[in-house]
Amino acid sequence: MSFMQVQDLKVHYPIRGGFFNTVVDHVFAVDGVTMEFERGKTYGLVGESGSGKSTTGKAMIGLEKITTGKIIYEGQEVTNQRRNRDSAYNRDIQMIFQDSHSSMNPRKRVLDILAEPIRNFMKLSPQEERKRINELLAIVGMSEDVLLKYPHEFSGGQKQRLGIARAVACNPKMIIADEPVSALDLSVQAQVLNFMKEIQEQYGISYLFISHDLGVVRHMCDHISIMYKGRFVETGKREDIYSNPQHIYTNRLLSAIPNIEPETRLERKIERQKVEAIYQQEQHKYYDEQGKVYPLKAISESHKVAMAGTEKGGL
Amino acid sequence: MGFVSTKELLTIRNLRTSFRIKDTFYPAVDDVSLTLRKNEILAIVGESGCGKSTLATSIVGLHNSIHTKVEGEILYNNQNLANLTEVQFNKLRGNDIGFIFQDPLSALNPLMRIGEQIAEGLIYHTKLNKKQREARVLELLEQVGISNASRVANQFPHQLSGGMRQRVMIAIALSGKPAIIVADEPTTALDVTIQAQILDLLKSLQDEIQSGIILITHDLGVVAEIADRVAVMYAGEIIEEAPVIELFRNPKHPYTRSLLNSIPQTHSENEKLEIIQGMVPSLMKLPREGCRFSSRVPWLDESVHEKNPKLHEVGPGHLVRCTCWQHFYFEDKEGSVNG
Ligand SMILES: Nc1ncnc2c1ncn2[C@@H]1O[C@H](COP(=O)(O)OP(=O)(O)OP(=O)(O)O)[C@@H](O)[C@H]1O
Ligand SMILES: Nc1ncnc2c1ncn2[C@@H]1O[C@H](COP(=O)(O)OP(=O)(O)OP(=O)(O)O)[C@@H](O)[C@H]1O
Ligand code: SF4
Ligand SMILES: [Mg+2]
Ligand SMILES: [Mg+2]
Repeated sequence: MSFMQVQDLKVHYPIRGGFFNTVVDHVFAVDGVTMEFERGKTYGLVGESGSGKSTTGKAMIGLEKITTGKIIYEGQEVTNQRRNRDSAYNRDIQMIFQDSHSSMNPRKRVLDILAEPIRNFMKLSPQEERKRINELLAIVGMSEDVLLKYPHEFSGGQKQRLGIARAVACNPKMIIADEPVSALDLSVQAQVLNFMKEIQEQYGISYLFISHDLGVVRHMCDHISIMYKGRFVETGKREDIYSNPQHIYTNRLLSAIPNIEPETRLERKIERQKVEAIYQQEQHKYYDEQGKVYPLKAISESHKVAMAGTEKGGL
Repeated sequence: MGFVSTKELLTIRNLRTSFRIKDTFYPAVDDVSLTLRKNEILAIVGESGCGKSTLATSIVGLHNSIHTKVEGEILYNNQNLANLTEVQFNKLRGNDIGFIFQDPLSALNPLMRIGEQIAEGLIYHTKLNKKQREARVLELLEQVGISNASRVANQFPHQLSGGMRQRVMIAIALSGKPAIIVADEPTTALDVTIQAQILDLLKSLQDEIQSGIILITHDLGVVAEIADRVAVMYAGEIIEEAPVIELFRNPKHPYTRSLLNSIPQTHSENEKLEIIQGMVPSLMKLPREGCRFSSRVPWLDESVHEKNPKLHEVGPGHLVRCTCWQHFYFEDKEGSVNG
């Protein structure tokens, strides 16, 4: 059974402008997203850049203000709850940030960055704390001589690994992983993905795995949702999405996956342009008059697709 | 593969870039030599921390001389970029060299609207008037696939998604139509459809002005889609270099092989991904003598290691460091030597 639900989540940002800096419009960054999470499962969130993936994740851990909608964790509503420092929800839900650079205090050393969550949430002796920190470094493949360094002394991928170490420090129940491996080269990426699966098996962690890499998503996720302009266009089990994609946007994404065959790249480019042309021609059928995604409609027990002609919220 | 000219645009010789840690300088890029030709896309791949961004920032002169030492030659238009002053470099950035940062948030001014930041470069590098600049800003934003360009032009960096910021960086780098583009992970934050669009844009810009592009990426899919030549780095050094098809079809160095094996494939669901065990040693612990890779292949007999492994030419334009590739047996390749 699911332990956490997100119900019709909306996050709208006001846009200010004009002479008096008044609100002239809104960005509907997240515009009606519903999800539920079971233990030990991985949920993929894929979609166009700017479609609201990071905002969804940040709203779930309380970093963005939710406009409407609900978040329920173990039966309790936690929507817009001011994150009081040591609540169970704060400890149990962690996030790996897309922009690891800006999520770390540039004046703190690695040691303090990693110790912070441990000090907040676990009662450890200094020796135990140090041991845990060394464990964390080993997990992400870094040696102990990084402890006294500052964030700017690391490469992009190294910073990302520190972000991962920080997120797993207190054995969370759910990790919102926002592009956790996109800055990593393949061998480190493989180490991190293998590690994420390992701790999942060990501790039953669930992931909301935000990524644009459909190869990685396929490798990791049980369930996948495709997001476009703040809404889901399609959601279903891995097989539903990869073997039986229904929405035109899902098809377009799948056709653009790069392939590691340099010999056939011209053919692929032509094919891609063909799909793109069809998309431009046909897309109006898949979005309403204002260009918004239609409500989801179930086409099988696990598979839902946004389509016209349904009553609102055809769930 | 397009028409790569033979004219050398940029020649890097024995580049060494070192960071100061306490009072010692440790090289993060060590004795790297490379050439970039006109109308060519040279991809640089390699493990996280191997020195790719350091190489890129050395080329575009973004190192602070107190903490960083850049030695060797980076020749462009008869000048050695490694010796330029900040003022001289500022003249080159924009029209001659465009740079796309790995970390867009740290490169954008947080207090300035996106439109103004793009227009700023146009003031220096073009003769457009204000109206024309505004139009050009919107055009550039649309070219990088931002659909609501006029809204985004009025927003601040923190109000954009990760991928939107990255595209703003790309728009800024391309605005001066530079002869050389150094792009550090330009598409990592982008979804595949926009990635394809950006790669096509880079290609068409290249057709228009014959730029040479140094493309740093860890995404071998991107390399296969767009690169002409590939250099593989490991721990500050180049360990293999080859034309793109040759590299994918006939990779030699075990590190290159392992990179190609770690890609999540369509049918690898729920399986473990293959990896070469171990990690790149940190800068201070890197062995400065002998081979940096030997710790990753502990089963190789001592006698096979070269003392100071050099790059050897094993085919036209195909260079491999040392000889350990001869001692591997790869299951999918017949004819490999010494099991
Ligand atoms: N603070 C803010 N003020 C106004 N608009 C914002 C703010 N933060 C985000 N947005 C807008 O909300 C939309 C969704 O952004 P979000 O970061 O969630 O996208 P994303 O799906 O994570 O994209 P990416 O794949 O590029 O990271 C974007 O149009 C962005 O410009
Ligand atoms: N300012 C600095 N001071 C000290 N060491 C640094 C500094 N910048 C980078 N390094 C170190 O130099 C090495 C190379 O870093 P670089 O950023 O070039 O790696 P990279 O190949 O770009 O990696 P990634 O793929 O993760 O971005 C790393 O070991 C890094 O920790
Ligand atoms: S054979 Fe050469 S390249 Fe390979 S590990 Fe030994 S010294 Fe290094
Ligand atoms: Mg994002
Ligand atoms: Mg880098």
